[in-house]
Amino acid sequence: MAVCVAVIAKENYPLYIRSAPTENELKFHYMVHTSLDVVDEKISAMGKALVDQRELYLGLLYPTEDYKVYGYVTNSKVKFVMVVDSSNTALRDNEIRSMFRKLHNSYTDVMCNPFYNPGDRIQSRAFDSTVTSMMIQVC
Amino acid sequence: MADAALFEFLHMEMVAELWAHHSDPGPGGQKMSLSVLEGMGFRVGQALGERLPQETLAFREELDVLKFLCKDLWVAVFQKQMDSLRTNHQGTYVLQDNSFPLLIRMASGPQYLEEAPKFLAFTCGLLRGTLSTLGIKSLVTASVASLPTCKFQVVIQKT
Repeated sequence: MAVCVAVIAKENYPLYIRSAPTENELKFHYMVHTSLDVVDEKISAMGKALVDQRELYLGLLYPTEDYKVYGYVTNSKVKFVMVVDSSNTALRDNEIRSMFRKLHNSYTDVMCNPFYNPGDRIQSRAFDSTVTSMMIQVC
Repeated sequence: MADAALFEFLHMEMVAELWAHHSDPGPGGQKMSLSVLEGMGFRVGQALGERLPQETLAFREELDVLKFLCKDLWVAVFQKQMDSLRTNHQGTYVLQDNSFPLLIRMASGPQYLEEAPKFLAFTCGLLRGTLSTLGIKSLVTASVASLPTCKFQVVIQKT
């Protein structure tokens, strides 16, 4: 299960960031910030490599001793960053992919909400509950 | 089939409503209503630009985005593809639709030419909104020479 989930807009400011309450939040904010550099590297590397298929899922961005950071970028250049606990070795790539797909679906629903102005912080409770379902059982 | 009709009727009512309460029949009031319509189309385009490409892979370049507009967006909204896409390779694209669904029920020929821009404003906004979500700032204008053929000109703003 994820320890921290963040949604970053294409101008690189956070639209939504939430971490498990037991840990030091600032540490996760810094991790997400540094992972943005890695995301940018991957995006530009994909642009130069003449691969026909460009995937949205970026995979493992970088591992630290306690945590692993995964990334995903949408077609509208909105980035999702997820930090998971390294001790949770049961999490496979497919599960991370499906978590990102759910996040993407929730984000699309937020965009289609007429009361939401694109570029604002996300305050939708439906989105919150999707993220909560991915972040349970950390302690 | 029925869903296409729903959108067409809603669109007709939107245009009729905006023009019914015209307090200022001069060119100033007209422009207000046209920008209101364009603004509505813009917001809808932003949401569509997020939802439609959800399963497709990332776009590699501008031309791919325009092709996506002509095929997937047009099919999703109007159940048909755009008839032609031309470019000068310097940031200007002309999208031509030979039987635009919002105009086809009106006339086929030069009749109602002055009324046509009202019915194209929403679609211009739609194109601009979708492009903006996909990361491209643009200016979209429409022109009609004879109903129901219309051309949308997209000029990419280089920042």
